[in-house]
Parts: sequence; structure tokens; C-alpha cells
Amino acid sequence: MSTTEATIQLLSPEGTIVRNAANEPYLPLIDQLSDQQLQDFHRHMVVIRRFDIEAGNLQRQGQLALWIPSLGQEGAQVGSAFGARDHDHIFPAYREHAVARIRGVDPMRIIEMLRGISHGGWDPAERGNFHLYTLVIGSQTLHATGYAMGLGLEGRIGTGDPNSDTAVMVYFGDGASSQGDVSEAMVFAASYQTPQVFFLQNNHWAISVPVERQSRTPLYLRGTGFGIPSFQIDGNDVLASYAVTRHSMDAARAGEGPRFIEALTYRMGAHTTSDDPTKYRENDELTYWSERDPVARYEAYLRARGADEAFFADVATEAEDLAADTRKRTLEIVDPPASKIFDHVYSDDHPLMREQKAWLERYEASFGGEA
Amino acid sequence: MSTENLALAKAINLGLQKALADDDRVLLMGEDIGPLGGVFRVTEGLHAEFGGSRVLDTPLAESGIVGTAIGLAMRGFRPVCEIQFDGFIFPGFDQITSQLAKLTSRHEGAMRFPVVIRVPYGGHIGAVEHHQESPEAYFAHTAGLRVLSPATPQDGYSMIQQAIKSDDPVMFFEPKSRYWQKGEVDRDAEPVPMHASRVVRTGTEVTVVGHGAMVSTLLQAAAIAADEGTSIEVIDLRSLSPIDYDPIVESVRKTGRLVVAQEAPGNVSVGSEIAATIAERAFYSLEAPVLRVSGFDAPFPPAKLESAYLPDADRVLEAVDRALAY
Repeated sequence: MSTTEATIQLLSPEGTIVRNAANEPYLPLIDQLSDQQLQDFHRHMVVIRRFDIEAGNLQRQGQLALWIPSLGQEGAQVGSAFGARDHDHIFPAYREHAVARIRGVDPMRIIEMLRGISHGGWDPAERGNFHLYTLVIGSQTLHATGYAMGLGLEGRIGTGDPNSDTAVMVYFGDGASSQGDVSEAMVFAASYQTPQVFFLQNNHWAISVPVERQSRTPLYLRGTGFGIPSFQIDGNDVLASYAVTRHSMDAARAGEGPRFIEALTYRMGAHTTSDDPTKYRENDELTYWSERDPVARYEAYLRARGADEAFFADVATEAEDLAADTRKRTLEIVDPPASKIFDHVYSDDHPLMREQKAWLERYEASFGGEA
Repeated sequence: MSTENLALAKAINLGLQKALADDDRVLLMGEDIGPLGGVFRVTEGLHAEFGGSRVLDTPLAESGIVGTAIGLAMRGFRPVCEIQFDGFIFPGFDQITSQLAKLTSRHEGAMRFPVVIRVPYGGHIGAVEHHQESPEAYFAHTAGLRVLSPATPQDGYSMIQQAIKSDDPVMFFEPKSRYWQKGEVDRDAEPVPMHASRVVRTGTEVTVVGHGAMVSTLLQAAAIAADEGTSIEVIDLRSLSPIDYDPIVESVRKTGRLVVAQEAPGNVSVGSEIAATIAERAFYSLEAPVLRVSGFDAPFPPAKLESAYLPDADRVLEAVDRALAY
């Protein structure tokens, strides 16, 4: 549908490696992966898909205010997540559940956010440098660029020291590509030659609006226009996502400036549990993308490489265990105290916070514990 | 202890220089702040002294300036952004109010956002549209921001340093019509607390409160009134969020009358909030309603009409007379 001659695909929809001249820079990165690493890609895609379904069910059962499904985008997310190093920084949009889990964020933190007891609240430094979800579309691209400017000012690029050189990756979508902040982020990134990768998941829909409304040109050409080397990949090919991200992050870390990756993927479900995709899109589109499912394709590849049933059974068990654990822990969540409203608005004393917190405590106490 | 007679712009410049020298995590960023020294020359000489990686001329994009400052703060820097003119802050409004202001709370305290946003603001300079506005109420209304406005060179010098040392985001509104007004600055003086309001002229019959450029106008009004036999107490707010009410309440207990003056439009303004709060806290001391003297609730007019739009000493005294007539 929207692939172009420029689209990088390492794994065909049938699950075979595509060996051609265009893929030459990337194939060695795949060949270097151990069986264990290759299997981890599959494990993470399957486990997060099961978690995502469970979270959607919990929303339907009234346990969550909202859920943001990631079904269909596992290849783009898992591949790119493994393309970064542990000390790199990741700025997500709000659908990157697989990336969050790979970087060390307990998926319950996302559940808690969508149940309505936090706005995120984790410390990125303790969670694999995975920053908080950002709900104003595209705002995080500037934060990522500023962070990367800081790395440049500190000289943490291009030294050749793998423990010091650091890069930033920022996720956003086809809808965000229309936001002014995303353009400004690319202006600043190109101007200051920041060590960062713009990772655009083009899932083809911004809620109910198709990508054709956002852009008449392939989105990766936007990056090129800002002077940023840009690539378009088959986002449902976890190997292409991994290799092109890895290649681009390495370049950024080496001081070669920013990179832009457009991953062509598809949001198989709704934007969130609050919309009904049958109202705005056709079934044949769903069929087209079902045949290009990232998990099925990769499973075929692993089976052809000789992965055995025990491996797939083990992955299925882990997925079911996470789903069950998520359900159990969701039902155990306790609402935070109302005083949380006032905590951390400022880093130190503020008279309005102090006065209003005290007032609310007195007010609640006035009901004698029966409020 | 020695004092220097300095203009406000120079005092802020020296405060920025001190902050840059004291802490190598402090950065200045904005449009034309490098070799030019800013359109008001507040950063003059700092690019030459500290270099382009401490004093950054940025692309021309306000949201980009604030948004990247947020990322720099996440990396441990203390960015000081210059927004060139008051009316140009709105392209950055989302990054200030939806991101910067909320990020400490979104992180539940795990990250701090010590970003200062300097905004030359206000009228009296005869400039074109978008160059004379007073948008401070938008930011005073936003939880998570601290909002300051110095009125004197001494405060310009010390408050910019306090703002930079704060671990919270600070909106720093500089009264551009007073940039060239001189005053005594003692660089060794113990600074007044950042959020304290202050009585700058004592009086007994009416209290007048204002901030930024308006403080000079209030002092001028008080001098005229004194000649006419009326004693006015003048309070410089200095901080618009939080507002330090205690000196105002104390003053109103003495005078029984309060006039709040500002260049900004009066509808849903900082002055409105002070009027409401003083009505709550000092109701039995008031001999007259709290009166507001403001810019009109219309867009800032073309420059030849600004003297009709902006409150001057006569408009302040008109309100003082009404308060006394109750």
C-alpha cells in the first residue's frame, strides 16, 4: 500500500531474509545476532501482544479508564528498542509499551496511568532511561532534541568510547508529523547536529484521519528536507527495525548527527478504547496488513531456522503469566491519597499548595472519616 | 559594601554574568542573544566572555527554545531562555504550560526542571503590535510555575540569580520600559527573599500595589498625592506567583483602602486575584472596595494610543480619590 522503492525490508512477509545490494549495510548486523537474541525479539513481541490484549480487556471490564492498543506495531517497537544501547535515552510517545518493558519499566506503571492513579511518575534514571509518555502530540520530540543538545555540549559523542558516547531516540507518529514542534525539533537537531534518531511509526491512522491527510509525500522525505539523513523501513519487519535503528544510533553516537526513520506499520486496533475503527476504515485494508503481521512473519523465520516447539510453548507461557499477573495486580490497585494532588507541583515550599492541602485535610476530617 | 548606579538592563546582565560564572551548568539560549547581545542588549558581552556553547543563539522558534530547554534541564543543565518580546511567547505557550509547568509533578518529583524564561514585557516604548503586551496572568494562573517581575536594578541583579538557582521553572518578566532607568545596586547585599513583596514607600491613607514598570508610576503618584496632602503607601509585589500577601494585608489594616495597578488588562488579572484575596483576608479593615487600575480589556492599541491605554499616575490618583470618597 504505502511501501516505496526506498523501503528497507530484511525479512519478507513470508519470513525469508531478503539479500540484495540495498540491504548490504544491514545484513551483517543481523548475522551477528545470536540465536538467543533472535529469540528474544520474538519473545518480546508475543508477550507484549498478550499484555496489550489483557489491558484492553481490563478496560472493557471497567478497570481502566482507557487503553491505548499497540497491536500490529510490535515489530517496529521491539526491533528499534533493541537498536539502542542501555545508556541511550528513549523518549516515547504513548503507545510504546514494548519499548517500555524492554527498557525496564514495569508495564503496571502504564496500567496505573491509564487507570487514573498517576500521570506516569517513574524515574527514567531507574527505568532504562525510558522517559515518560507524552500525550500532547509531538511535544516530546523537542525534549529529546534538547537532551541530545546537552549530550553534544558535554562532548559525549564521537569519542569512540562506547561507555561514554550516548544517543537519544524519540518516537512519534504520522499524526505528530504535522505538528509544529516536530518540525522545530528537526530544525534544532539539524542545526546543532544532535546525536539522535527520530523514529516515526507511520501506523497510517491518526485516530480517524488517514496519513494522506497529513502528508502528500512519503514521511521520511520530511527528514531529508531538514537535512537529516532519512530512511523508510518495513516497520512490520523486526529485523529491519533493529538493524536500521542500530545503524542510525551508532552514527548518532559517533557524532555524525541526527537520523530519521519512518517505519511503515499499521494500527490493527482502535486508536484507543474510545473509538470504533469500523466507522472510518475498510476491511480490505485490515486484510492487507494482517497478511503482513510482524509476529507471524518472524515466527515463520525462526521455525525455518530451527527453533523448536519448546521455545514457542515457553514464550506462550510467559505471555499468559504476564497477562494473569497484570490482571491480578490491576485488581489490587489502591487509589492514592487525595494529598497526592499537591505533592511535587513544586520542588519546595509553596504557600498555595501548603494552604490548600491543609484545607482539604480539614475538610475531609470534618466528615469524621465518613466522607 | 559599595554601590553602583546601574540601569536595570545592565543589572540583569551582571546577574546573568555572575550566574554563568558561578555554575557551568547554566546556559543562556534565545534569538539574537549571542554577538548582538539581545535586542535590548541584556546579554551584551556574555557570548564573548563565555562562548557559543554557554550562550546559544537559537533558531527562530519559541516552542523550540522552551522545548529544548526542557530536554537540557533533563540532562542537568539550568537553561535561561530569552523570549524576544512579550507577544512572541505564545508559540511557546504549550511547552511552558502543558510541559514545563507539569513535568515535576508528572515525574512525581523524580526530575527537576530549573528553567528560567526571561520575558521583556509591557508598553511605553512606542513599538508595533505584539511588542508591548503584559501576558503575566496566563502564567500566574498556571500551577507549577513561579512568576517574578523585578522593578528595580537591585532586584534585577539579585532576582535573576535567585530564579536561576530555583529548582522550579521561573517566568521572569522584565519591565522593558524601565531597562534604562538607573538605580543603586549593591552586588554584595543580602538578597530579599525571592517571593517577598515589599513596602517601598510608607503612607497611612491608601495602599497602592503594583509590579514591574508600574512601581515607578505608583511612586510618582504617591509623590504627587503627598504634595496634595494625601499619604499613600506603595507596595512592590515583586512576585506574581506565589503572591506574598502578608505585607499587603498588614498595610490595608492600617490604611483601610487598596488600589491595585497594572499595565495588563484588568479582566481576570493578577489585580483581580489580589482584590479577591484582600476581600477575604482583610474584609473588616476595608473602608472602601478594592479598586483596580489596569490596561483596558481591548487588544494593545497602535503605539500613538498607548498613553490612553496604559494607566499613568493620574489614573492611579483617580482611583485613589474614589477609594477615599467612600
